[in-house]
Amino acid sequence: MKTRKERIDRGIKARSQDIFVLCSWREMLYLAGPRLLPVVVCLALPLVLSVYWQKVLISVAVFALLAISWDILSQSGMISLGQALFFGTGAYCAGIMNHYWGFSPLITLPLAALFGGLISTVLLLPVLRLRGVYFSMVTLIIPLMLVRVIEATKIFGGTEGLSGMDPLPSAGFEVYLIVIVFLAVLFGFRRLMDSDYGLVLKGISDNDRSVINAGINIYWFKAQALFIAASIGAFAGAFMTHVYMFVGMPVFALDYSILPIAAAVVGGPGTLAGAAMGAFILVPLSELLRGIGGLRIVFYGVFLVVCIVALPEGVFHYMERKYHQFERWVEVEK
Amino acid sequence: MSTEPLLETVRLSKAFGGVQALLNVSFAIMPGELLGVIGPNGSGKTTLVNLITRFVKPTSGKVLYKGSPIHHLPPHQIVRLGIARTFQMVRPFYQLPAFKNMIIPLYSPRAKGLVGGRYGDRDAMALDLLEEVGFERDSFVAYKPAGALPQGYLKRLELAKAIALQPDLVILDELFSGLSLAEVASIVPIIEKMRIQGKTIIMIEHRLRELFRIADRVIVMNYGSKIADGPPDAVMEDDAVKCAYLGSETDSGD
Ligand SMILES: Nc1ncnc2c1ncn2[C@@H]1O[C@H](COP(=O)(O)OP(=O)(O)OP(=O)(O)O)[C@@H](O)[C@H]1O
Ligand SMILES: [Mg+2]
Repeated sequence: MKTRKERIDRGIKARSQDIFVLCSWREMLYLAGPRLLPVVVCLALPLVLSVYWQKVLISVAVFALLAISWDILSQSGMISLGQALFFGTGAYCAGIMNHYWGFSPLITLPLAALFGGLISTVLLLPVLRLRGVYFSMVTLIIPLMLVRVIEATKIFGGTEGLSGMDPLPSAGFEVYLIVIVFLAVLFGFRRLMDSDYGLVLKGISDNDRSVINAGINIYWFKAQALFIAASIGAFAGAFMTHVYMFVGMPVFALDYSILPIAAAVVGGPGTLAGAAMGAFILVPLSELLRGIGGLRIVFYGVFLVVCIVALPEGVFHYMERKYHQFERWVEVEK
Repeated sequence: MSTEPLLETVRLSKAFGGVQALLNVSFAIMPGELLGVIGPNGSGKTTLVNLITRFVKPTSGKVLYKGSPIHHLPPHQIVRLGIARTFQMVRPFYQLPAFKNMIIPLYSPRAKGLVGGRYGDRDAMALDLLEEVGFERDSFVAYKPAGALPQGYLKRLELAKAIALQPDLVILDELFSGLSLAEVASIVPIIEKMRIQGKTIIMIEHRLRELFRIADRVIVMNYGSKIADGPPDAVMEDDAVKCAYLGSETDSGD
């Protein structure tokens, strides 16, 4: 006799799928709980964390934004190995506007998100037609090239970078700004990806022939997705410029490209929430491991591998499934 | 009926490396006509469709639609002019419910321009269109993931996606292949209804008996060339056609 695992939707899941959910607090909580929980936690955390861990929270939110940006691109059929391009372009945009023109951080942040997004999109526009690994290679190379350009031409402070940026008004403002932007981006773009527009983007990644055959210009839609994702990454970069009060060549470092991908993989791609959750796991973990010194990278790597092998679907998908379904073993005839 | 063809190809050719998939094919189709395209496997029928819809770039020759050349336009613009096609190999979005597969064509600029629709409305429009092609309204087939649908429904879905684009010219690439006689019989009325609505139709088919009942005219392809063009009965009497089909079956075998 063999057994097979059977998964069944919880009754409450079915009950809370239509308007009747309004009849019961329990069912409303079932529906709203998973959405309210991260909001409440994110807003409460800065109040209870030490100054050091507040900095870690900022880092978490920044990497979560980069991971969400990566996930939007991957859902639209573009695998980016160069999130650092978006991050670095945004960081330099904010730095230049603040250093040379004296714009206040509250103006540089939105402008850097806009222009960082535009510049990155324009840089990648010529390769939008490339598929798969060819597109990815170009995204990997461009930020590395930009570093060398800055080094060789000595523009924007060259290897020294630009320092003495204006900080954000206060430490509390800083942490709440990034947390609120993170939550807005997460919920806003999750909604967008669930809309008909998002369906078209996902369609392009799944079967572009079918989308072209619907009379849709896939390159125009890909460019839009690229701009959205690049702007999110550029905002994160611009924000860090004002946190560090400095911008320099490290903003194009490989970390900003690789860690968001690791976060999306650990959390589970395709939902944005998974990518964000991955950042909430990996960034604090890397801080905790700081204590053990040289073997840090090894432990970190082992954790990543175990995570990917044990939960290939990603932590978020796993939790979502457990929340909505229960499992039981049933016997099947051989 | 007007005397100006809706679509015309002029000495259309395509070579894939050394393979001459299509050679100097010229034909015209009048508005409202149902044209069948037949020919043995590999004779260039799908290539002809790909060239008209510009999924593949012609090596030489012209495609005229309503009198103007369209062979330089990208494929999405050709769809916007009113040419919709179905694929021989249907490849829906397998995880999505069948009716959600309709959202992308309904989102296209042509459908939005002609029938409108906002987020949310499109679900209702999708269900209406699926009902038109034979998804029973009260059953749950339209809500099933496309991957769970039997071949007959996948072909209907493919047809509904083309209809959603409000086309003037519909090109159906082997819509009947892989279907049972009963399934074909249930799709034929949908095609006849499209004709009553004034749509011009090109049907690539291997199912000759079913095709000949509804086609006004047939062109026959062999080794990338057009070898005959005329009413169904006359074409099958043609010696070149008999020769091309010799050895291969002359009727709906599959
Ligand atoms: N993309 C391609 N690259 C190379 N050769 C191709 C390509 N597409 C088609 N061919 C070749 O062109 C010829 C015509 O193919 P086509 O698919 O148009 O035939 P068909 O009439 O549609 O056949 P079937 O009845 O099997 O669908 C074949 O020899 C095929 O191998
Ligand atoms: Mg074919």
